Amino acid sequence: MPAKPVLLQGGRVVDPASGIDGTIDVLIERGTISTLGHGLSGEGATVIDCRGLVIAPAFVDLHTHLREPGREDAETIASGSRAAAAGGFSAVCAMANTEPVADSAAVVEQVFNTARAVGLVDVYPVGAITVGLQGERLAEFGEMHDSKAGVNFFSDDGRCVQDSGLMRRALEYAKAFGAIVANHAEDAGLAEGGAMNEGEVSGLLGLPGVPDEAEELVIARDLALARLTGSRLHVPHVSTAGSVELIRAAKTIGIDVTAEATPHHLCMTDTLVASFDPVYKVAPPLRTRADIDALRAGLIDGTIDCVATDHAPHAREDKEREFDKAPPGMLGLETAFPVLYTELVAAGLMSLGDLITRMSAAPARIRDLDGHGGPIAAGAPATLVIFDTEARWTVDPARLQSLSENTPFAGRELQSRIVHTMLAGKFTVRDGEVVDGQR
Amino acid sequence: MIKHLLSIRDLDADGIERVLGTADAFRENMGRKYPTLRLKTVVNFFYEASTRTRTSFELAAKRLSADVLNFASGGSSVEKGESLKDTAQTIEAMGVDCIIARHSSAGAPNRLAEWVSASVINAGDGMHEHPTQALLDLFTIRQHFTSFDGLRVAIVGDVAHSRVARSDVLGLQTMGADVTIVAPPTLLPAGVGSWGVRVATDLDPILPELDVCYLLRMQLERQKGGYVPSLREYARLWGLDRRRAAMLPERALIMHPGPMNRGVEIAADVAEFPRSVITDQVTNGIAVRQALLYLMLGGPEVKEGGPDAG
Repeated sequence: MPAKPVLLQGGRVVDPASGIDGTIDVLIERGTISTLGHGLSGEGATVIDCRGLVIAPAFVDLHTHLREPGREDAETIASGSRAAAAGGFSAVCAMANTEPVADSAAVVEQVFNTARAVGLVDVYPVGAITVGLQGERLAEFGEMHDSKAGVNFFSDDGRCVQDSGLMRRALEYAKAFGAIVANHAEDAGLAEGGAMNEGEVSGLLGLPGVPDEAEELVIARDLALARLTGSRLHVPHVSTAGSVELIRAAKTIGIDVTAEATPHHLCMTDTLVASFDPVYKVAPPLRTRADIDALRAGLIDGTIDCVATDHAPHAREDKEREFDKAPPGMLGLETAFPVLYTELVAAGLMSLGDLITRMSAAPARIRDLDGHGGPIAAGAPATLVIFDTEARWTVDPARLQSLSENTPFAGRELQSRIVHTMLAGKFTVRDGEVVDGQR
Repeated sequence: MIKHLLSIRDLDADGIERVLGTADAFRENMGRKYPTLRLKTVVNFFYEASTRTRTSFELAAKRLSADVLNFASGGSSVEKGESLKDTAQTIEAMGVDCIIARHSSAGAPNRLAEWVSASVINAGDGMHEHPTQALLDLFTIRQHFTSFDGLRVAIVGDVAHSRVARSDVLGLQTMGADVTIVAPPTLLPAGVGSWGVRVATDLDPILPELDVCYLLRMQLERQKGGYVPSLREYARLWGLDRRRAAMLPERALIMHPGPMNRGVEIAADVAEFPRSVITDQVTNGIAVRQALLYLMLGGPEVKEGGPDAG
């Protein structure tokens, strides 16, 4: 941590939760925002010229695959942390489908400790709902919750809990720890063998499809179970218009549900699969234009509470395969904000403030993360992202921080770029470069 | 001419007509050997068992004097875990001009075309396409009708899982035919409503108006997968038996891509009817593939002159 105070000078501070949107200087001392004001003196401080830049609460990702332990060839906690910082994130929730599975205190603590030593981003391990993601018996929520990692978020992500009785018990039991449960919604019978969205495109390509209803059936069931148990349900990576409708209706009748959508589901359709390039393979699959429109409407009206990346690195040899044999998943951390800024804010569909909320305050609140997602206020941790909304850049997979290159946005020109990221007053990204204490 | 043939959509009507017209000359001189592709190497790159398609391509290439390599995934480095990309690049490094690819995964030839500099011909990929089957089917139909315009063709059976059906529908539409798909509702492909074909579940009313009745292979796996209760019921409801064959007009052709399940999609004796052109399809397959290799690999001078100029 720099001993010297830091003055962020002349930037536009946007913190919708605090009702702030204006040019304000931010003075940071000992990791904490000490003063907000106009014309603050930079004497004795490191002055960062933020003119023309936006200062916002750093982003929070509820859905990240860091691949460590087990697939360190695809991503490590260190490389994933670099990718997160580069994307403007201060906190990520690391999914449990590692090898070994994060279904015990030992594994979640290992992830937590490794991430802490890297120090670029706060990593909150997600615990598995079931032992070994097998969907058969509950993992020891209490052991993981009481560990140093303090797990209060459980998911078998990548696999769906099919058994309704088991899902009910998971939702009930999680209440003992104030935890949320997220279920990867995919009915096994309907999704069997599916490699892409079922529809016009799959019909032409001869690839087995996954119908919307594979997702919607499970979401409808889980919403019913959330009503039955009074528990908190989080719906990950919503991909269909029908799912948005289900969640909207559930919220109307007071079911305690939150939901996320990914940048790729908000921006890409299944027509891309016609290239047969597995970089476009993801679960749930890319859907149609009508789904994109419904997801965007849901994100704008708050039915979809937040953006999550589902950052899913895969080694090159795993993606350079036949489409049906390649694993699903896409990189997301480093492109999430610029993609959505370009597609939603610059396109005039969503305000900058709303996008910031959906990527910072909203996900932080879902996972009850203190110290992340704002506010930008005196006394709060200086956990900030500072970006340039005018900068344009073209996504080059080879230049990303992630160890893997499976971004579906390769070659796309994006508007807006992360310039600095701060975690509790410490630069994790400065002038576009990751500040890596490890190397 | 096109560099790769991955989908029948890679050819427009003129392109298809050019292949068929070139195939006419080869068909008239079956068995004759041409020097056109001397010093060219063609590899049959087969990741899935096949007899008729592989031998058809092999004969076609040999009659054009190409060197032919036969690669089958079984018993090869693939069984040692080598990836498709590495295997393809290894084969290409041996100096191959054309890769004829058969694979159980849809889109595998599309991937190959990105990874190698040789021409790639799709010889059937998963449930996606089988464009040379469409060409030989069009050629066979064209032997009996003066024009494709408004020709009434029914494709009957497991359209959902059929690469032949996809390529044939697209090829027939490109040429102006009027296509009807007849299948159990469980075996209709997703989004068939956008294909621009008529869709029916009942075969009988369609038969009297047809010019071509094209039957697809019905696999035992569909019974196991629960798509139909039994092959017996399928045969009864959608099979072309003697009674149904009698409902076809005199002019109508009976076609099948092979291999046939006699007694399931087609009754044993119906396959032998005079109007059945199933064995012609096999013979024509060689001529059409000769034409395709000739046009794709023959070099600009031969392509302009036609086969007899070679």
